[in-house]
Amino acid sequence: MNAYIYDAIRTPRGKGKKDGSLHEVRPVSLLSGLLKEIPHRNGLSADKLEDVIMGCVTQVRDQSGDIAMAAAIDAGYPDSASAVTLNRFCGSGLEAVNQAAALVNSGQAGFAVAGGVESMSRNALGSDGAFTLIDPLMITSHRMIPQGVSADLIASKYGYSRADLDAFSAESHRRAAQAWTENRFAKGIVPVRDNNGKIILDRDETIRPETTVEKLAELKPSFEMQAKMAGFDSMALQRYPEVEELNYFHHAGNSSGIVDGAAAVLIGTKEAGEAAGIKPRARIRSFAVVGTEHVIMLTGPYPASQKALKHAGMTFADIDLFEVNEAFAVVPMLFMDQAGVSADRVNVNGGAIAMGHPLGATGAILLGTVLDELERTGKSTGLVTLCIGGGMGIATVIERV
Amino acid sequence: MFTITKNNEIAHVTMNAAGPVNSWGLNAVIELRNMLDNVLADAEIKGVILSSAKKDWFVGADLKEIMATDDITGVMQMGRMLTDQFRRMETSGKMFVAAINGSALGGGYELALACHKRIALNNPQTRIGFPEVTIGLLPGAGGTQRFPRLVGIQASLPLMLEGKRLAVDKALGAKMIDAIAQTPEEMMDMATKAIREQFNAVQPWDVKGYKMPGGGIEHPDNVMFMAGVSGNVIKRTFGNYPAPIYIIRAVNEGLQLPFERALNKEQEYFETLLRSKESKNLIRTLFLHMGEAAKIPASLKEVETLPVQKIGILGAGMMGAGIAYVSILAGYDVVLKDRDKESAEKGKDYSRKLLDESISKGKSTREKADALLEKIKTTGNADDLSGCDLIIEAVFEDRALKAAVTKESEAVMNPKGVFASNTSTLPITGLAEASARPDNFIGLHFFSPVDKMQLVEIIRGKNTSDFAVKLCLEYVQKIKKTPIVVNDGRGFFTSRIFTTYLFEAFEMVAEGVSPALIENCGKMTGMATSPLAVADEVSLELIYKIMLQTEKDLGTAYNTPGAALIKKMVGELKRLGRKSGGGFYEYPEGGKKKLWKGLSELVKPAAEQPDAETVKQRLLYIQALEAAKCWEEGIVQKPADADLGSIFGWGFAPHTGGVLSYIDHVGLPAFLARAEEFATKYGERFTPCKKLREIKRVY
Repeated sequence: MNAYIYDAIRTPRGKGKKDGSLHEVRPVSLLSGLLKEIPHRNGLSADKLEDVIMGCVTQVRDQSGDIAMAAAIDAGYPDSASAVTLNRFCGSGLEAVNQAAALVNSGQAGFAVAGGVESMSRNALGSDGAFTLIDPLMITSHRMIPQGVSADLIASKYGYSRADLDAFSAESHRRAAQAWTENRFAKGIVPVRDNNGKIILDRDETIRPETTVEKLAELKPSFEMQAKMAGFDSMALQRYPEVEELNYFHHAGNSSGIVDGAAAVLIGTKEAGEAAGIKPRARIRSFAVVGTEHVIMLTGPYPASQKALKHAGMTFADIDLFEVNEAFAVVPMLFMDQAGVSADRVNVNGGAIAMGHPLGATGAILLGTVLDELERTGKSTGLVTLCIGGGMGIATVIERV
Repeated sequence: MFTITKNNEIAHVTMNAAGPVNSWGLNAVIELRNMLDNVLADAEIKGVILSSAKKDWFVGADLKEIMATDDITGVMQMGRMLTDQFRRMETSGKMFVAAINGSALGGGYELALACHKRIALNNPQTRIGFPEVTIGLLPGAGGTQRFPRLVGIQASLPLMLEGKRLAVDKALGAKMIDAIAQTPEEMMDMATKAIREQFNAVQPWDVKGYKMPGGGIEHPDNVMFMAGVSGNVIKRTFGNYPAPIYIIRAVNEGLQLPFERALNKEQEYFETLLRSKESKNLIRTLFLHMGEAAKIPASLKEVETLPVQKIGILGAGMMGAGIAYVSILAGYDVVLKDRDKESAEKGKDYSRKLLDESISKGKSTREKADALLEKIKTTGNADDLSGCDLIIEAVFEDRALKAAVTKESEAVMNPKGVFASNTSTLPITGLAEASARPDNFIGLHFFSPVDKMQLVEIIRGKNTSDFAVKLCLEYVQKIKKTPIVVNDGRGFFTSRIFTTYLFEAFEMVAEGVSPALIENCGKMTGMATSPLAVADEVSLELIYKIMLQTEKDLGTAYNTPGAALIKKMVGELKRLGRKSGGGFYEYPEGGKKKLWKGLSELVKPAAEQPDAETVKQRLLYIQALEAAKCWEEGIVQKPADADLGSIFGWGFAPHTGGVLSYIDHVGLPAFLARAEEFATKYGERFTPCKKLREIKRVY
């Protein structure tokens, strides 16, 4: 594929609440800060940037109305740059990368900037109405249940225990803390600054290095009450009657954190890079999206990865490092078991349980994370994958050049 | 049907249909239109008061008319016309007042909703509500649109989904009516006053700037409410019933539309339900057949019976105690006999307990309860049965014991009276051998708990007379239960079919099908209880004993893997059921029951599990096939009895219309093909009987 990654940057992730550092920053500014940085740090004229493709899930209030366009204008991109905002739920950031890759690979553009943004402190999850999750038609005719209940359903069906999930989560924090201690994210992090250039946030805000399995064990399940009160417990079993009962194992500590953040990835053809005199860091080998059964919803990463690997003519054994989004602890755990991949190749610097999951941006963040780590360790191939609401999965395979 | 009496500026419209009740049929709708033509054309008339000359005000649609036709388009034209007339009423500028002097149900209450004001007479018989959901329909004459707009989404939806019928005070609390009048005169005064004080008769939803009480459909609280209601409907019904789903959708989608467009949406979904199998099934069994069962059949019209006053009940265990309770409520004098007075008193305690509960709920008084309790005479002495017109025997399922009590009762009871056995499995003809008067010997099979279960299975033995059958029908009528009359045979009808449900589950367990899958699928079929759970409740020991008794009586052994499993669980492992510490489930103290873990050691889980549909079908098909055999053998004489018996006897899935109606629900050709396939895969028991090959459909 003639689609290369020239750069990948992100903001630090701020706690997605009113007391989070990034709550005062408008999402358009989170994104335009990165868009300015892309040409600046690569010594590239912004004239070369033909399209801006950004993921954003909750497109309401200050995230509505094609925020990618607003950010491109705010970043001072030339009039010739166009921009689109897309929503493939949690896969949006990676979907943006894949669409940019397809765009340049097909010869329709030389450079595009892909990524995403989500200020979850300012636009709460579901505040767009989240029609697909809660419309009576979807619930009564299609047994649609909330994602948290789906995560508990996976754990119940495949026999993951609360202790398994908590252990995975404590490890996510440990790895993230270690990565920060060793400055492993330094290359990709662009601090968020205020109007006067003062730093508002320069590191991920939700990591708790001190957390332990014992501490996590004290947390109460997050989805039990909702499941029981609204009948989602029974709906889950109606689709998966082999499961005797739901175990409510997921809680705030073993699910992804709610955060604010943005990411931007510079993607272009080989020729565009040569003409501009900049060097690519990696090539996009393949990508894929799949649909999966929507009640259990979050089992997409494995089939999406299989499909992407098939496109690339590769196998799981050919991949050095994986980033599997930690939407809920059970998601990467199931992926590892299904793909037969051990934990030392997956999310080696922690994941969304420790650092958070800014919905529209996460896919692009993970792409940068795996690229930085491949470079740091001198490895070659990486795969990024995410589960997606409504029963989908997305994956992208990259190789350093 | 609508008689107009003009009194200056007020038109009094008296509703008095030619039939027994005011209900919507094509004629009624046309007459409504004619009435409106008249009153709306009269400029002098400022308002209209609608009251009823019947006991009820207006009770919905004529279901017989709907069921009698396959012309859904015709029914829908009538519905459209009714909806249009209602709209015409409420937008006419004249004030319409519903003077609700009796029950206003379904389409009747929708008429009241199309009025500008609703005043109900304080009549304890009156019920107000939307029962449509219980027959698989939705309020299709504007109800799903007017009611939420009147009282709000959260206040309205549960009433339409549950089909509750409220007394007037409750209806006032629910804002279904505006006021209660104490006398008919006061009702008319209030209605007249309302018209005189009203200058501009317009519905709230037709006023510009109208805001829904409790917020609109897009209000976040209501969005969450709709999601929760939707999920709970699926939890409760497993999606087997389209009506509640379409009620939710009509409200959800209708409230996003202008009023007239919303009425169209309601009509669209009403038609969907009218065309649904579920609605036809529910109307046929729960309305038409239920109604028929409450009457004495024409064939017995000429038979003379006794006026029963005194009833003897033998055995004061759970069944005897329950039968005594429902009998005194119906006004009978009861002699409750057990082996001694003390034991009989324990049975009477059950009535004491239930009556105390009634008092605490405000449904009875100490005085009334004491008078009722006076009616139960407890005894250990058979001589006290002297003069009983009907004796119901509810002693242990032991032939010798039953024979002994039969003889001792017949010696003293009214010699013209009837002796009935409440046996659930022993053939009546055999038990009648102990009787000196086998023509007056009959089976009267109650279900537990007697005060809650609606069905009584009347079993006609070989020698049972029409006299005995009619006497029992009259008794069942008086205790307000639903009878079915069946012929004699092992397990009669209900026990015989119910057993197949349990044994099919046992066979699947023995095959290594996941017990969780069996149980969840059991629930999803719409059966009242999942098979392994209910087997535990019934007690595996009892099932085991009946199995051994049957083997002994028939001289043939149960040699299926499922039967072997029960023999092992009860005989060897002493897993006797819920009351004895556990069976298929374990019952941790204070905790939720869980499937018994040992089961997977007893039977190795099969590597390949069947799909849910197969499990569900096996559980229902086996019952339908056995019921068809009963029909063929004449155990049940008509499908209506099988259907009623199945729903009210052992909780067969009501949305199918009952155990034989289920065959039509599936479609006979498809049913036969699948049964053949099962017969090849799972055994001969799935081979359809001859009768099923001879008919085109059950109904």
